[in-house]
Amino acid sequence: MITYPKAPKIQELGYELKVRQAMNRNLITVEPRTSMSKLRGVLRSNRISGVPVTRENKLLGVICVEDLVNWLMSGAKDCAIEEKMSKDVVTLCADEPLVHAINKLQQYGFFHFPVLERESGELLGTITREDIIRKLLQKLEIEYREEEIRRYRASHIFEDIMADKTSLIFQYYIVGQDFNRAGESSSALKKSLKRLGTHPDIARRVAIAVYEAEMNVVIYARGGEITVKVDPNQIRIEVEDSGPGIPDIEKAMRPGYSTAPEWVRELGFGAGMGLNNIKKCADEMNITSTVGKGTRLEIYVATKKESVSYEVK
Amino acid sequence: MNLGKIRQILRAEVIVGSSPDREIEVCCACDLMSEVLSCVPTGSSCLLLTNLAHSQTIRTAEIAEIPVICFVRGRKPESQNIKLAKKNGLVLLSTYFSLYEASGRLYKEGMPGCSGSRVS
Repeated sequence: MITYPKAPKIQELGYELKVRQAMNRNLITVEPRTSMSKLRGVLRSNRISGVPVTRENKLLGVICVEDLVNWLMSGAKDCAIEEKMSKDVVTLCADEPLVHAINKLQQYGFFHFPVLERESGELLGTITREDIIRKLLQKLEIEYREEEIRRYRASHIFEDIMADKTSLIFQYYIVGQDFNRAGESSSALKKSLKRLGTHPDIARRVAIAVYEAEMNVVIYARGGEITVKVDPNQIRIEVEDSGPGIPDIEKAMRPGYSTAPEWVRELGFGAGMGLNNIKKCADEMNITSTVGKGTRLEIYVATKKESVSYEVK
Repeated sequence: MNLGKIRQILRAEVIVGSSPDREIEVCCACDLMSEVLSCVPTGSSCLLLTNLAHSQTIRTAEIAEIPVICFVRGRKPESQNIKLAKKNGLVLLSTYFSLYEASGRLYKEGMPGCSGSRVS
C-alpha cells in the first residue's frame, strides 16, 4: 500500500498534476484472442504483473498473474485470454488529478490502473505507484532547485563583493489611492529579502511594517517612494510621500487615533493602528512631517545573528 | 486541527488550494486588517475568518504568513484576487455561516484563538 504522505506540498502537487503527466505511455497490451499459454511469456519478458487486453486501442479487460495462476491450477486446457480476463476494470481518466490515482491505489490495493482518454475512451497508458512517486519527486526537485538557485545567487552578494562596506539599495514606487495595488511593494520586498537570506521572521516583520506604511501612503497621499537599504547588520527602510503631512505626530501615534475616510475603514484599515504596528515591528522608527509637503518615515530593523547570509558584529 | 476537519465544521467550500491534512494551530476572526497584522503570532499556522473579500485581505495573509482564509456569509473574492492567492500558495475557503457562528463552531471544537485561549 502506498503510504500517503501527510505533507501539504505533496497534496497540492497531487491536485495540480494530472494523471496524464505521470502515466507510463509505454503500452504493453495483449489481444483478446491471445492464448493463455502465451501470457506467461508476455508478463515475464516485460516484468509486469498484469496487462491490459485491447482491441484497436479499446480496453476490453485486464489479465494478471493471479488469473494465470488460477488457470494453471485448474489444469484446464488452453483458451483465449478474453475468457479469463477481468472485464470489470477500474480505470482512470488522463485528465483527472493525480490525487485520484493515489486514492484509487489505496482503495483497491491494485498495482496499476489503465489510463483512458475521457472523450474517446482510448487506452493511453498505465499508471503505477512508481510512476506517481517518480513524477512527484521530479516536480518537487524542479521547484526546489529553481528557488535554491535564486536564493543562492542573491545570498552571496554580500560575500562576493569586495569592499570595506557593502550595502544594497532598492526602491519601490507607490501609487496613491490605488487600493487594489497597495501591498505590491511590501510583497516584492519580502520576497527579495528572503532571497537575500534574511531570516523569515525578520522578513515578516519588515514586510508588516512596510505594508502598513505603504497603506498610509495609498490612503493619504498621491504617491510615494520606498527606499530600502540592506547592509550586513540592518535593514533601513525609508518611506517618503508627498501627501498632506501630519500636523500632530504625537496624536497620530496614539492608538485608535485616525483621520482615515470612511471608504478606507470599510476596507479594514484606517483604525489608528498603522503607526503603532510599524513601531512594534521596527527596532527603531523616526517620523518627520511637514504639513502641505509630506511625510518621511524611517524604519530600522536589525538583522540579528539568525541571518543566514551575513555575519553580524 | 486539520483543514479537512475545519472544512467539515464550517461546511466550507474550497475556492482555491486544497490540502486537507494541513494542520491549523490558531484562528483569528477579524475584519480589521491592521489588527490581523499585529495579533497573528509569528510562525503560527493560522486560519483567518473574515467578512472582507478584497485584495488587501489576500495581501494581509501573504505579508503576515497566514496560510488559510475562510470568508464568511458565503463571500468570495473576485477572480483576480483568487489568482493572487493562488500565486502565493494560499488556501481560500467560503462558508455560509456568519463570523460569529463560524468562530463559535470552531472554538467549541477546540480551536484556540490568537491569544492561545481555548474552550476548557
